[in-house]
Amino acid sequence: MRKPAAKNRNIGRKPSRNSGRMVKPPDRRASADGALSAWREACAASHPIGERRATLGGLHVEPIYFPVDHSAAEYAEQLGFPGQFPFTRGIHASMYRGRLWTMRQFAGFGTARETNERYRFLLGRGQTGLSMAFDFPTLMGYDSDHPRCLGEVGRCGVAVSSLADMETVFEGIPMGEVSTSMTINGPAAVLLAFYVAAAERQGVERKKLRGTIQNDILKEYHAQNSWIFPPEPSMRLAVDTFEFCAEELPQWYPISISGYHIREAGSTALQELAFTLADGFAYVEAGVARGLDVDRFAPRLSFFFDAHMDFFEEIAKFRAARRIWARHMRDRYGARDPRSWMLRFHTQTAGCSLTAQEPYNNVVRTALEALSAVLGGTQSLHTNSLDESYALPTEGAVELALRTQQVIAHETGVVSVADPLGGSYYLEELTDRLEAGAEEIFRKIESLGGIYRAIEDGYFRREIAGSAARYQREVESGRQVVVGVNRYGGGAAGPIPVLRIDPAVEEAQRARLAELRRTRDAARVRSSLDALRAAATGGANVMPALIEGAHAGATLGEMVGVLREVFGEYHELDRV
Amino acid sequence: MVARRNNKSNNLGKSSSAPSAVRSAASALKRDADGGGRRIRLIVGKSGLDGHDRGVKIVARALAEAGMEVIYTGLRQTPEQIAEAALQEDAAGVGLSILSGAHLTIFRRVRELLDERGLGDVVLFGGGIIPAEDVPALQKMGVDRVFGPGTSTAEIADYVRGRLGGGTK
Repeated sequence: MRKPAAKNRNIGRKPSRNSGRMVKPPDRRASADGALSAWREACAASHPIGERRATLGGLHVEPIYFPVDHSAAEYAEQLGFPGQFPFTRGIHASMYRGRLWTMRQFAGFGTARETNERYRFLLGRGQTGLSMAFDFPTLMGYDSDHPRCLGEVGRCGVAVSSLADMETVFEGIPMGEVSTSMTINGPAAVLLAFYVAAAERQGVERKKLRGTIQNDILKEYHAQNSWIFPPEPSMRLAVDTFEFCAEELPQWYPISISGYHIREAGSTALQELAFTLADGFAYVEAGVARGLDVDRFAPRLSFFFDAHMDFFEEIAKFRAARRIWARHMRDRYGARDPRSWMLRFHTQTAGCSLTAQEPYNNVVRTALEALSAVLGGTQSLHTNSLDESYALPTEGAVELALRTQQVIAHETGVVSVADPLGGSYYLEELTDRLEAGAEEIFRKIESLGGIYRAIEDGYFRREIAGSAARYQREVESGRQVVVGVNRYGGGAAGPIPVLRIDPAVEEAQRARLAELRRTRDAARVRSSLDALRAAATGGANVMPALIEGAHAGATLGEMVGVLREVFGEYHELDRV
Repeated sequence: MVARRNNKSNNLGKSSSAPSAVRSAASALKRDADGGGRRIRLIVGKSGLDGHDRGVKIVARALAEAGMEVIYTGLRQTPEQIAEAALQEDAAGVGLSILSGAHLTIFRRVRELLDERGLGDVVLFGGGIIPAEDVPALQKMGVDRVFGPGTSTAEIADYVRGRLGGGTK
């Protein structure tokens, strides 16, 4: 295990008050000039010529803007050029000139067949990546025919109880070409095994697979509550996937460290930022403790943030996140590969900002939130649909949400310039303050004895619930305006169409499982489950056993059942 | 609110806690705050498999602050656990928060189980992500009131006071 670098002046340092203005010690000139020419070369190499790069009025726009006195030491230290440490201005030299973000709408409902149809629809409309939503039974590691799943099958996402379901979801979709994100946490390793096995059935090599599993169990304890096992074995499973992906799936992101759910549970932007990065550090430490070289897995860690309504605060949050991560990875964890320093993230617009009242207003909210994510340099984006205060979105509503991203990408011109708001006095000040505030929270977590003790103590849940209650009071007192709810109400509500899930889905899914259980090779299933038990008990990486189980026809519930036996279950802390 | 664990285990919570009732300490302090009449006692809970508890915790807290005795069940309670808690706690009402889309199944089952236990007078209400067009069906199966997103806690407290107050139970 590598010892973290002893100390660095950047960590937790107070940002200087005038970080927006530039001071110029002469000895920094050479290095800043070097940075500028390095950036020019990288930028020229990576963005295609062709699309108009001028304002609507025809004024030429440069790929970024920066202080005229570009030799300034503070510019290099606090901001840097895009694609350069500390990545405040973005992780790529030319940002969206080189490549747009991935437009990735979270989708899944009903049976594997219906979800397959929705995916083909979205790909046909120009979506560039898939994002799988699973139903609650799957999220909790139960098969569709488990008695606890009554009424839940296919409701909130697609039911995937076996390899057969995963194969159906991807029927006719080339798994070697599409990138897929799977929102799955407690049983993430099992669903990854189904995905790998399904790709193998399509004849696709493991090394060609591109995608992400969310696999962030820590935020489940803080906020999202879809845990299965206690923290320690859960972290072990996460590291098993890091290790497996580093060996076998070089293009896969084995984790998406998520602030989204923390924010949706009621946290502030600062809490979202700090808790998420603190979780990120915990995963880095867990990987290093396993004996993995930090540069072996850190480039494949990814993040997931919320984009809420406070436009500048959100943009500042994304910028601060990149800077904090870069500093800690380089200076605290001793990573040497620049890719380990880069915080890459997916964004979803804030579900909790949507209103059931006057649902068409949600289109406007989502557009502004999406714009903040783009101005903050996101790598992929989900835009919510206007009807999601009622149910999963209809096809028409999802199409409008996707169009929102396409309008931002192709009509507004914001993609021409990297970090176009960089240098705004307000934004730089907010970025500095969020960074300083996050460092303070990291110290608080340390003072509680580290992240696991803070979880046991209920610190995260308490903090988040406190912020949620404060926000609710603000809304109810009218100090926080929500248009159409507590101000300017009475507008056209209009009945909007809502997606219906056919109750027959549950019956069909049970029948499908019964058929699988009847026709599979029972002996092979048994021996694969025994191998899984042995790996889980003995400390070997569970991924090979899970993939063999998938091929053998073992179900999600059976494999998670074995892990439940070995690891035990977790129950909430019952604190409100 | 303070946890009351059924089993006095450590707070890692590895042991099963069903029905993991949580009693409101805030409301205990306000005993008889509503002027001598019997305090309204109700179960507020999460049934189904989803873990979205932001709303239910806010409602539980607000009802406790409004002087009611609130027993929060915790997450992922089965309909049987909810009905049993209503019986054991002698509750006048049960409020459920469901954001998983399983509202039609769960409300129906909870209503049946309450009735089977002779708790036909226990008022069942709830909220969550529930399409407006499902509300008539829910009402028909005996759900007294469904609150949508954006409802103020004051409105819910007024409803509970009006519907369950006045010494009816």
